[in-house]
Amino acid sequence: MALIETKGLTAFYRDFQALFGVDIAVDAGETIAIIGANGAGKTTLMRSISGVLANEPGAILHNNEPIGALPAPDVLARGIAMVPEGRKLFPSLTVEENLLVGGYGRKAQGQWTLESLYALFPVLKERRQSPATALSGGQQQMVAIGRALMSNPSVLLCDEISLGLAPAVVRTIYAAFPRIRASGASIVIVEQDIGQALKVSDRIYCMMEGRITLSGHSSELGHEEIHKAYFGAERHELA
Amino acid sequence: MNWLDTIVQGVLLGGLYALFAAGLSLVFGIMRLVNLAHGDLIVLAAFVILALVTTLGVSPFVGALMAAPLMFAAGWALQYFLLNRTLGKDILPPLLVTFGLSIVIQNGLLEGFSADSRRVSAGSLESASIALGPVNAGIMPLMTFLSAVAVIVCLNQLIYRTAVGRAFRATSDDPVTAGLMGIRPQRIFALATGLAMVVVTIAALYLGTRANFEPTSGPARLIYAFEAIIIGGLGSLWGTLAGGVILGIAQTVGAAINPEWQILTGHLAFLLVLLFKPRGLFPRAVD
Repeated sequence: MALIETKGLTAFYRDFQALFGVDIAVDAGETIAIIGANGAGKTTLMRSISGVLANEPGAILHNNEPIGALPAPDVLARGIAMVPEGRKLFPSLTVEENLLVGGYGRKAQGQWTLESLYALFPVLKERRQSPATALSGGQQQMVAIGRALMSNPSVLLCDEISLGLAPAVVRTIYAAFPRIRASGASIVIVEQDIGQALKVSDRIYCMMEGRITLSGHSSELGHEEIHKAYFGAERHELA
Repeated sequence: MNWLDTIVQGVLLGGLYALFAAGLSLVFGIMRLVNLAHGDLIVLAAFVILALVTTLGVSPFVGALMAAPLMFAAGWALQYFLLNRTLGKDILPPLLVTFGLSIVIQNGLLEGFSADSRRVSAGSLESASIALGPVNAGIMPLMTFLSAVAVIVCLNQLIYRTAVGRAFRATSDDPVTAGLMGIRPQRIFALATGLAMVVVTIAALYLGTRANFEPTSGPARLIYAFEAIIIGGLGSLWGTLAGGVILGIAQTVGAAINPEWQILTGHLAFLLVLLFKPRGLFPRAVD
């Protein structure tokens, strides 16, 4: 039985349909990557799972229980935390306060505390009293990840954490992921960089125009296959 | 005219205006809700204290202590069941609804307590005074001012030193992302309005013991509260105290020159600040 499962998930923004029956499954302790071009529906999928967007109850299951219609605080209470796209740090709060607020709704025992997060991202300890938005983009991303970890989630959803960051900074951030995995959490990352996604994940799902176009083990998928699922067949011929 | 005395009286009067304003400032800071019924809620709390004092025979201070939890509950419910429904991108619905609420409260009080002017008696405290160097300060005005400082210290401690305060600020920044942290914005807003009503009760205690009030006194109190907040700068509670003090001094100086000018000089001071510092004297850096 999967830890998180979506079954025929559809999502709408008013009249616009963003997801057309998405089925994914995430097992305990597994890292999966969701790749796809802009507008493929990756962020919509993350927003649906985390409860920011309401769905049919049975379209999303957690431990086989319907959570599709639950609001975000209830989803978090079940141990599903999200690093939102664009980081969304709270500008009125310091770095440390941003981290602390991450543990507001769910006070679960686990390995993540202020101290262990400062050990994971030492630069944050130096900047702990700074306003969160005074940090560099990469440091802000560390705060966003740390903030989500403060609830000691069993599932960590990471939406586009490398967006807008320099490659060296992206590598530093992904270097922390083996230690996050070691905490036992399942991780779902949304990533536009196919190479990075394949490197960090056990399995990937590729999305295009609101549908899953390919899924499989990261080590077994061919480049050609992914390229076709990412851009679509016609465009592949042009490329 | 004794200048020093006039200024001290003005500062102490400013404490009353800061108390009028602190609750309004808290609610606006957290949910960008302008509560046009704020003044009427102060008057409502004064009538609640009056009712408790006259029926139970307790002192006004005990009456306020008993009224505070009632007002907290009323504020919580008002926000949770009514005002939360008006919040959104459009700023007009909360203005219309609280304007309507203001009319409802005024007419409800007229029905229940008649149009008579009332006062809550604080006994011998009303006329007691203490010598501060060359100036005599009334005990009640002094207590008003110290209460205002205490309220602002407590609110600042709450906002900047506690988990609930972090949740207040996070919700104010971005309610959707706050939800991802397990914060329920609707409850945070209800808690904030509940707290604002406790501050309103403290303001009502001094309103009711220092001056006469009637069911229609609210809107004028709302104007002073607004002016104190705008003079001080949105989002800063100490700024609100400074705003109240400036307003108070302007009024007592005006009154010392000509008793008819008291209200006018207060408004003039407000206009001058708007003219030269449209964002107020101590605006919050991040907004």
